Order: sequence, then C-alpha cells, then structure tokens
Amino acid sequence: MAERRFSVAGLPGFATIALGVFVCLYLPIVTLVVYSFNGGPSIAVWQGFSLHWYTEAWGNRAVQDATLRSLIVAAWASAIATTLATMAALGTTRRAAFRGQTFIYVMINQPLMVPEIVTAVALLIFFASIKVATGYQGLGYLVAAHSAFCIPFAYLPIRARLEGMDMTLETAAADLYATPWQTFRHVTLPLLAPGIAAGAMLAFVISLDDVIITEFVKSGGQDTLPTYMLGQLRRAVTPEVNAISTALLALTVLLLTAFFLLTRKRN
Amino acid sequence: MTSQDAVTAQNVVKSFGQGKVAVRALDDVSLSIRKGEFFTLLGPSGCGKTTLLRLIAGFEMPSGGTILLDGQDVTTLPPNRRPVNTVFQSYALFPHLTVRENVGFALKMQGRDRAEVEDRTNRMLALVKMEELADRATAQLSGGQQQRVALARALAPQPKVLLLDEPLSALDLKLRKEMQVELKRLQKETGITFVFVTHDQEEALTMSDRIGVMSAGRLQQVATPREIYTAPINRFVAGFIGETNFLPVTKGADGARLGCGAEVTALGEGPVLTVRPEQVGVVATDQPGAIAATVDTLIYFGTDMHVHLRLSDGAALVARLPLPPGGDPGIAAGDGVGVAFAPGAARLIGD
Repeated sequence: MAERRFSVAGLPGFATIALGVFVCLYLPIVTLVVYSFNGGPSIAVWQGFSLHWYTEAWGNRAVQDATLRSLIVAAWASAIATTLATMAALGTTRRAAFRGQTFIYVMINQPLMVPEIVTAVALLIFFASIKVATGYQGLGYLVAAHSAFCIPFAYLPIRARLEGMDMTLETAAADLYATPWQTFRHVTLPLLAPGIAAGAMLAFVISLDDVIITEFVKSGGQDTLPTYMLGQLRRAVTPEVNAISTALLALTVLLLTAFFLLTRKRN
Repeated sequence: MTSQDAVTAQNVVKSFGQGKVAVRALDDVSLSIRKGEFFTLLGPSGCGKTTLLRLIAGFEMPSGGTILLDGQDVTTLPPNRRPVNTVFQSYALFPHLTVRENVGFALKMQGRDRAEVEDRTNRMLALVKMEELADRATAQLSGGQQQRVALARALAPQPKVLLLDEPLSALDLKLRKEMQVELKRLQKETGITFVFVTHDQEEALTMSDRIGVMSAGRLQQVATPREIYTAPINRFVAGFIGETNFLPVTKGADGARLGCGAEVTALGEGPVLTVRPEQVGVVATDQPGAIAATVDTLIYFGTDMHVHLRLSDGAALVARLPLPPGGDPGIAAGDGVGVAFAPGAARLIGD
C-alpha cells in the first residue's frame, strides 16, 4: 500500500487558486504582447496582425537613442557591480569567520532593503551638488547609481557559488607551489566563472529595468528605454509602447534563462 | 637533528582560539623523521596528528616551536614555498581540470618548460597506472582512481616529503588493502620520505618503518611497529595498538607482585603490568611458577580462541590460544587452571 503523505496539492480549491494566480500574473502580459502586433493605433481594439509598431519603434530616433543609452549604462553598471561583488564575495567567504560578518552581509545588501525612492531622492540631492561643483553632466551619474544598486544582485549568486566550493582546493593549489595570485587565476576564478556570469546577467537585467532611480538621477536628454516609455505613456498611448515592452521582455527572458542555466546545480 | 632528518619538529605548540576557550591541539611536540622513511602518525581523532601534518605542510602556523625541513627552518614559510606535497583526505582534485592537467599542475606553477611538464606527467601517470584515463575529467573516476591521481599529482614535483592525510579512509576494505601495498611500492620506488596520518592501527603496523603514537596533543611513543607492539611505553600506547591485558602490580621481593600475591618477572618499571593475550599460556596448576586462575568463558573465532580467566583476587585476564587439532580445547568454563606468561612478554608500564 502506498504511503499517504500530506500534500498541499490535495487541499480543496488548490487547482482553482493556482489557475487564478497564473491568469492574474500572465494575462496582462499576454495582452500586451498580443496588442503589440495590432494593425491599428488602438491598444484596446484589435484591427488585424501587423509588425507596423515594431518597424515604427525601430525607426524612431528617440527609441534608438534610449535603447543605446540603456545598453551602455547596463553594460558599465553590470561590469562594475560584478567586479565589486566578486571582490566582496571573496572577502566574505574565503577566510575564517570573523566578528561582524552578518553586519557586513547586511551592509552589502543594503540596496535590497532601503526603499528605492529614498535612494533616488538621496542620489538626486547628492549628485546635484556634485553637478554644480564639477559641471559634469554625463552618463557617469547613471552608471554610478546603477552600479550601486546592482551590487547585491551580482553578489548573491557569486557568494552562493563560493560557499559551495571546497576551500581545500585552494589549499591544495598552494601546496602545489601556486602563489596566491596563481591560485586565484588557475583555481578560484575558473571554478567561480559560472557564478560571476550569472551575477553579471542578473545585474544587467536589473539595470536595464530600472525606472525610479534613473528618473531622478538622469540629466536632460538622458532617457533610458524605461524612462522614455514612461514619458510616452503620459501622452498618447500607441501600440509602439507595447512593441518596445515586448522586445524588452524578450531580452530579459533570454538573460534570465541564461542565469538559471548557469546557477542550476550540476547533477 | 642531523642531516639525515627530513622533518624535524622542535617543541611545537599549536593552540586554537583564545583565552579560556583556547584548545591546545599540540602540546610541546618534538620529533625527527628520517630521510626515506615511511613514518606514520597514529592516534584517535582529535589527538593532533592532522594538525601536526598541516603545520609541516604550512597550512597552519605553530603557536610556538620550530619546524625544519631538510635542516632548513620553514616555520614561517607559506605552503607554496615548502618542498612538501600533500595527499588530502578528500583528494581535493581540481574539478575543472583533466587527470593530466591535475598531475601537471605543480610543475606548471613552478614554470617548468612544456616538454618537461609533459614528460614528467607521463611518467607519473605510468607510475600510478593511469595513462589510459589521462584525458578524463576527474569527476568520471572511481574513488580508487581519484586516489591514484592525487598521489601522482603530489609526487610529480618530486617533493622532499610527501604528506598523506588519512588517504585511504574513504576506500572500501579490499581497495584499501590494495592501496596499502601500492603506497609501500611507490615509497620504495621514489625513495621519498612519506609521513602518513591514520587512526587505523593495523594500517600503521603493516606499512610503517616507524610509528609516532599520539594522544591528547602529545607524542606518546616513537618506535618501530614491532617495538610499539611488544614494548609499549604506557597504558595508552599498549591499549591503542592491538589487544592487551592490564594488571595492577606492586613491587615484590624479586619482581612484580600481582594483586593475587603471585610474583612475576617483568621488564620495565611502573604500577601496571601489560601482557598480550597471545603471550599468556594456560598450563597445569602444578607447573612451577604457574598462577592459579579460573576459566570464565571460552570464545571461539576460527583458528583461535579467547580464554577469559579470573585470578584469585578477581582480576580479569584474557589468553589467546590456538585451537588444538581436533578442535577440543581440553578446558571448560569453571575449570581451575594455571597461567604462565611467555618469557620477556610481560612489561611494566606507566599508568
């Protein structure tokens, strides 16, 4: 006789609730994607299939600029955040436990806990004074702000990977005449690479997606794709926004799939 | 300390933690390991044997004392600058490298030229009979094969001393026996000094030239397997290696006086007499010098039997006797018998 175990799936209403949740989660997105292929200018009335809004968006100079800016900021921010996060992860795991370790973890993950709007206002004021003092108006502010809030997203997968790596391997490398740098270069780094790649991808997606901090920090004419879309929505809403959203969604899904493949436990 | 010593430890102390919670893992250990020797550090877990090994390798720094390799003071040198390699209990093979790359790792780190790395790697792979699996990933290997790769990797740079940290403990019994023979062969062929750590007394007795028995952070006795077995220095060593009898004694007129009043001749000095069960004979009660005893129980195991005896003062004693042809022991529980120790087999030791 089969053992009867408790299972949440056996409770009454389980299937109904699960289905309802999935509908709530995905119906709006499906609608958005469907209407990006609408032939007419309405986001509510279907007027036949067309790629019109994709070509429209593709040819729009403002969209091109915003996309390029988004990618540049995300590339720099994820590179900087991943480098810093890797160093932080090495510093917090590749050593004996130390006093204040938990406090350090909390400090590194600060951007996950402080309300984003608070950080945004703080950065607005902080950067404003720097802008006045230096006169510099470039993308550096956005890159710096994005790097900062991307660090915990890059840090967590890298730390998880390091915690799963046996420190005896580094001891063995030292025993086999590797200097500390050679040990890092030939043992720690290659084994850590999937974690670093995963962290970088997550950071990239988080940066690409940011609205609040970007909206507060950007100077005039520095719209990223999300802030451009936000600006568009204040005026006439056309399926062009749907088309851009769908493209952004596709890119994000691609990167997150890669992230999950990299962090999946081997065997 | 002479130039004949591969490893010398002088008054080595190692404490972990600070203040009241500090633990002394090693308490004033001094030791010389000779060149070309198969030396075993033997003791129960927590006795400090692995800590001593890690100090020799350079993974830890001693809290006090000096460590010399080949006469050179290496106490503060990092592991990558010591001519010593280690076979780890977990093998610690690099999972992202092939068997060949693992074996060649140390040579590559030393900056040897490519031809030399390849040549030496091939010879090491041949030495441990792993040529055919040279291009496999290490995860695809069995435990025994990983063990061989770990050995080849540690031997490839021709260290002055090879340290082995319980390398056989993860293998099953049959494989362990094979690897014991294999290790002995490798040590003879390479002539490298082996320092082997184990808690398995049988392993230590069969493989070692000399054994250092450790307990509670101290080195109890350093001697050949034969000496350790036949002339243990104290109760711990006698009890840890093989089976033995302990009998309290007092100083008699001419020898040691047992609790039952009988006097026996024994070597050494101390309040405890130890004698191995196979050195205890069961004889006729009227034989000169025989000690009167009663048979408690007989326990058979194959070719031998254990006779549990009780002396007149209640002290327990075990004799190990071969079963006579025909299998009839000729004694039974409750019999009064005589007991005699083989000449020179009884020793007095410290408690």
